[in-house]
Amino acid sequence: MTDILERPRAEAARPATIEKVAIVLSRGSLEGIYPGLIMANGARMEGIEADLFFTFFALDAIRKDHQGSIKVATVGNPGMHLPTLLGALPGFSALATRMLQRQMEKLDIPPIPEFLELIADSGAGLYACRASVDMFGLTKDDFIPQVRDVISVGEFYALAAGGEVIFT
Amino acid sequence: MTTTLIAERSVDVDAEGFLTDPAQWNEEVAEEIARSSGIAELTPRHWQVVTFMRERYLATGAAPSIRALGKESGVPVKELYELFPKGPAKLAARIGGIPKPRGCI
Repeated sequence: MTDILERPRAEAARPATIEKVAIVLSRGSLEGIYPGLIMANGARMEGIEADLFFTFFALDAIRKDHQGSIKVATVGNPGMHLPTLLGALPGFSALATRMLQRQMEKLDIPPIPEFLELIADSGAGLYACRASVDMFGLTKDDFIPQVRDVISVGEFYALAAGGEVIFT
Repeated sequence: MTTTLIAERSVDVDAEGFLTDPAQWNEEVAEEIARSSGIAELTPRHWQVVTFMRERYLATGAAPSIRALGKESGVPVKELYELFPKGPAKLAARIGGIPKPRGCI
């Protein structure tokens, strides 16, 4: 009896390793999209099953006509360590994006379109959020062919069952 | 680091079973590590990946990224994951007798 009380049930049931992750990408800036992609690719590299769910502005990452032009947010981003007005200058976001992309290329981090191909080829599932797709007036044809389906939140949770959900 | 016997050969391995000295490796060691990692038999395609990983590590001191592996080993990413379902870069490094890849990509 005391043994049962001392060991919470949830902890006892938790496996020692992560076998599956479902990663939600919700932001449309470069720095909003990359962390989720790196975590998804990293999961597959460890043999962990991975699904990605793109919602709101992160849909840009999987839109054929938008995925090549994703930029760093230079306004309202304290991490830039720049005055907000400077970040708002025309072309500034493009410049910051080019600098970051050059740095990532050195570290062998692929551009977003190539990274998504790599992640899909590794066996991860790419899904678009139904509510966001409807809100932006899009259809499945607007997305890269690697996107398996447009699914609801409920369907996403069904896919995620048994794994960890990570929101980015 | 511990010393263990793989394919009747004494080798030094880290906590995850990666050889710490690539010079202690041979093909029999590779085959036995593959078997214990769930790969029953190393096919020529497996060997292509393992050899690429090992040679690149010995030449540069770092294991290639999954991106480089998919582009330069001659085995595309999809097939890499079919050959090594539990992680191509990690498994090919372990089988190839080189340290675990440290990069995030």
